[in-house]
This record gives sequence, structure tokens and C-alpha cells, in this order.
Amino acid sequence: MHNIRFTLLALVAAVVTFAVARLIDNAYVFFAGYVVLQYVVLATAWNILGGYTGYVNFGTAAFFALGAYTSVVLHKTVPLLPLPVMMLLGGMISGIIGLGMGYLTLRLRGTYFSIATLAMAVVAQTLITNWNFVGGSRGAYIIRPAESPLFAGDYIQYLFVIMLLLSVISVSIARAIQHSRLGYGFSAIRDDELAAEASGVPTLRLKLIATTISGGLMGMAGAPLPYYVTYLDPASGFSLSYAINTIAMPLIGGTATWFGPVIGAILLGTLQQLATVTISSALSLLLVGLLLVGFVIAAPKGIVGWLSR
Amino acid sequence: MDLSFDLLGNALVSGLLLGGFYAAVTIGVSISFGMLDIVNIAHPAFVILGSYTAYIANSVFGFDPILASIVLLPAFYLLGVAIYHVYDVSFERRGDASIRGLAFFFGILFITEVTLVLVFGVDYRLVDAPYIGPSLHIGVIDLPLRLLIPCLVSLALIGTLQLFMSYTFVGRAVQAVAQDPMALRLMAADPSRIKRIAFGLSIASASIAGAILIVIQPVEPSIARDYIGRIFAICVMGGLESFGGMVIAAMILGIMESLTSTFYGPSWSPAVAFGFLLLTLAIRPAGLFGRR
Repeated sequence: MHNIRFTLLALVAAVVTFAVARLIDNAYVFFAGYVVLQYVVLATAWNILGGYTGYVNFGTAAFFALGAYTSVVLHKTVPLLPLPVMMLLGGMISGIIGLGMGYLTLRLRGTYFSIATLAMAVVAQTLITNWNFVGGSRGAYIIRPAESPLFAGDYIQYLFVIMLLLSVISVSIARAIQHSRLGYGFSAIRDDELAAEASGVPTLRLKLIATTISGGLMGMAGAPLPYYVTYLDPASGFSLSYAINTIAMPLIGGTATWFGPVIGAILLGTLQQLATVTISSALSLLLVGLLLVGFVIAAPKGIVGWLSR
Repeated sequence: MDLSFDLLGNALVSGLLLGGFYAAVTIGVSISFGMLDIVNIAHPAFVILGSYTAYIANSVFGFDPILASIVLLPAFYLLGVAIYHVYDVSFERRGDASIRGLAFFFGILFITEVTLVLVFGVDYRLVDAPYIGPSLHIGVIDLPLRLLIPCLVSLALIGTLQLFMSYTFVGRAVQAVAQDPMALRLMAADPSRIKRIAFGLSIASASIAGAILIVIQPVEPSIARDYIGRIFAICVMGGLESFGGMVIAAMILGIMESLTSTFYGPSWSPAVAFGFLLLTLAIRPAGLFGRR
């Protein structure tokens, strides 16, 4: 019951956010807001594996881009498919890849998992670069419909609403996990995997559940990307900045709770949007790097840990 | 089939030379990751930094890039010492080196890369030296000097480090600190100091590795990422703590990449390293030459 009440509250917050954005009545608000929300989803998804179980995933870009490229393929084969269905399929593909990835590497020490995720991102990027059907290294163009299919307004508003709903879903999942048996199992793995295993926690199975959920959500976050950017090439889809952002946001916000990644993503995402507009995009990335290093050194528990002290 | 035999021979030789160069890029991680258990994924960024210092020494002052990188070794050593000091105080002593340590180095990787982009832009830079261009010819086999010299420099670097590790007190202490810091303390050596020296050496090696990288190919800041996978693939394949195994693994990888790019096209070659790494991790995590 508690979880349903939380989801309802989050939905109310989402409706209010959308209403405020409509009131401001500026397309840029939706464009910038979409990116921030996308990072809320990515950071939350990363945290389910990275924060709860302590396995650092450097391959966010791969899961994200696989979702995006699933949409490209679907757009070329079944163009009439509604976006939410594409997102589900993109999420399934990334979830399956997450499961396979976890199965290959999760029996190893944590660092090997991290290195392997990085490796997987490059393998996936090379495959996509050499796959002509989705445009190869030239990239793929997607024409964004002009009008939102659900309500009166621009298509970007529709994308914004979709991402808003996905944020509500992923944050609700993350919160539900945190307070469940699954979440306690995850924390046990993070704190001492050997002890957890010895006390009967099925560590491998739990870790596989975490990689699957985490990868699936990342794929869902990536699926609308082609419609947002309208031109997708492997270098931008697999950009390392997705990986650094999704690691920086939970670590800056605080990894122990569902709330940390959300606050980290909103703060850092907004800051980056502002810095990109006012200064330059290279500087805004530098800012993320500096904040990440500063926070891991000075505030190991992030903003949430800092506030609750 | 005469032509393709030539092609095969040349691909094998250039792969071997390329592998020699990969060994120089990897030696730093063999020390930091293999011996000190520090997951320095920022190492390739320091290699690129080495390329750019060699580039400045070459294009502004007209020095030989490789000689310049040897002169710059102390500066890179001090950089490594400084970074280890921050790492030690912030993570190792608090006992939570894993996630935050990884994130720390990931952040450093990113900061170095973006700073280089802001200072030098994203243009490819290259250096000028007498050995870039000419080739030796032995039968049908070409030995381009711009691959041969880096390979020899790399092997000299690794040989020197191997001698240092085997025959000096500090070197042996570095090997010991990986196995048992407590025992090292009982021998009246401070593990923190030993690790600082070792980490300094690992970053110092990036100066030379960077210089030979820019001799081999033009460099721009983001190519650091391509090397992360290669480096760790070689390191893991070679079995973490042996330099010899590492060099063999580097050469195997070099040959495989060279064959792939000769016969299937260069756009496939990045996947080789990473694919091989994934396979190694899945099948034989102790490495092809590991002792465990």
C-alpha cells in the first residue's frame, strides 16, 4: 500500500511539473527538461546496481544506445508502432543484454565487472558502427512527427510527458526495491558479499536481477532518443558523457537511497543545461568531472548523507 | 596466393611491433592494477597527456619526442606521487577504495580529457622525427621505423622496470606490498611509501608510452578511451602480476588486431580487444599466463 501511495504522489508531482512547464510556454523548457528527466531515469537505474549492490557499471552508454537503436530499427521496419511499445522492446533488449553481461562477469571480483562493462560498450559500438541497416558510422535520420499523438501540443511535449512517466516508474521501482527483501539482499551483497553468501543470500541470482532491471530501465530511457535528437550516430549515442553523468549523479546525490540519484540528477542535470547554454558544453562536462572527484573525496555519502548528518 | 602471403607476413610483423607498443601503454596498469590493486582507469589519459607533452617539446622546442619524454619522467613521477597521495588519504585509509576509488579515477580520466580538449582542441596532432617515414625492408617484409623504434623503446622500458623490480629493495618491496602489507610493515618498510613510489613509476611510464604513441599515430584527446579496453584486456590476459606474460599478451593482441584490420577493415579492430577481454574474463579470469 505504501508503494502505491508513493507512486500516486509521484504522479501528482509529475502532473504539476507538466502543468508548470506548459504555463512557461517555451519549447526550450521541454527540450532541457527532457534531458534532465532522462538523467533521473539513468541515474536511478544505475543506482539499482551500483548503489544498492556496489557493482560499478561503466557501460551505461551501451544499454542506453541499444535502446535508442532498437527504436531506429523499429522505426525502419514498423514505423506505425507507438513510442511506448518501442520503449518496452528497447528495455527488453537492454535487459537481456544486462542479464547476459551479468552472467558472464558477475562471478568475478567487482572491478572485473566494471572493466567488462566498459569493454562491452565498445564491442556494442563497433557492431552498430558496422551495421549498415541502422546507418553505420554515418548515422540515422529520424523525422520527428510534428504533433503530439495524445494531446494538443508539440511532439517534444509528448516526449517530455513520456520521460516524466518513465521517471515516475523507475523511481517507484527503485524505492520499492529499497524497502523490500530484494533491497536488503542487495545491501548485504554491497556490505559483504562473502558473508551474504554464507548466510544464504542467493547472491548471483540477486545480482542478475539487479543488472537486468538496471539495464532494462537504461534501454527504456534510450528508446525515445532518436525522436529527440532526430539524427543519431554511434559516437553520440555511445558517448562517454552518459557514463560519467550517470555515475556522477548518484555519487553526488548519495547512493544508499532512492532519493540520492534523483536529487543528484536534477541538480547536476539542470546545472549542466545552464552551463551548456551560458558557457560551453566542454566546460559543463569539466564541471561534472570536478564535482564528481570533489564529492567522492570530500562528501563520500553525497548530498543526502551530508544533509542527514 | 603470393600477394596475400606478403600481406599476411606484413600484418604479422606490424602486429608484433604494435603489440610491443601496447606493452608500454600497459606496463603502468600492470604496476598499479596488478601489483597495488589500484584500478587506475585514468592511465590512458595520462598516456595521452604524455603524447601532448612530447608534442609540445617537439613542435615548440624542436626536441626529439622520445628523448623529451625521458627528460620529463620526473615530472610524471611527481604527478603520480601527488595523485596517489590524494587517493591514499581519501580512500585507502578510510577503507572504501572500491566504488569511490573507481569513480575518482573515472573523474580524473574525464577531467584530463576535457582539459586537453579545451587547451588543444579536438584536432589530431603529430610530431616530427627522422625515424617517422623510412622503413627497413627484409625480403617482402617491411619494417617501418615508426613502429620499430617505439617497440624497441617499449621493450627497453619494460626490461628496466623488470630489473628494478627484481634487484632493488624498493622493487622487491613493491612486489611484496601486493601480497602482504602487514609482513612488509614487519620488515620496517612503510607500505604507503612503497605504494607511492610504485604508483609514481606507473604514471612515469605514461610519459614514454605517450611519446611513442604520438610517434606511431596522430593523437587527439578522446583516443584515450580506445586504450582503456586494450590495456585491461592485455593486463588480465597476461595474468596480473607478470611483466613477461603481459608482453606476450600484448603481442598476441597486436597481431590479432593487425590481422583483423588487414583482412576485415580497421573499423572492426576495436571489437577484437574488447571481445577478447570479455572472453578471457568469462573463461579464464586468472589470465592466460596467470599463476592462480
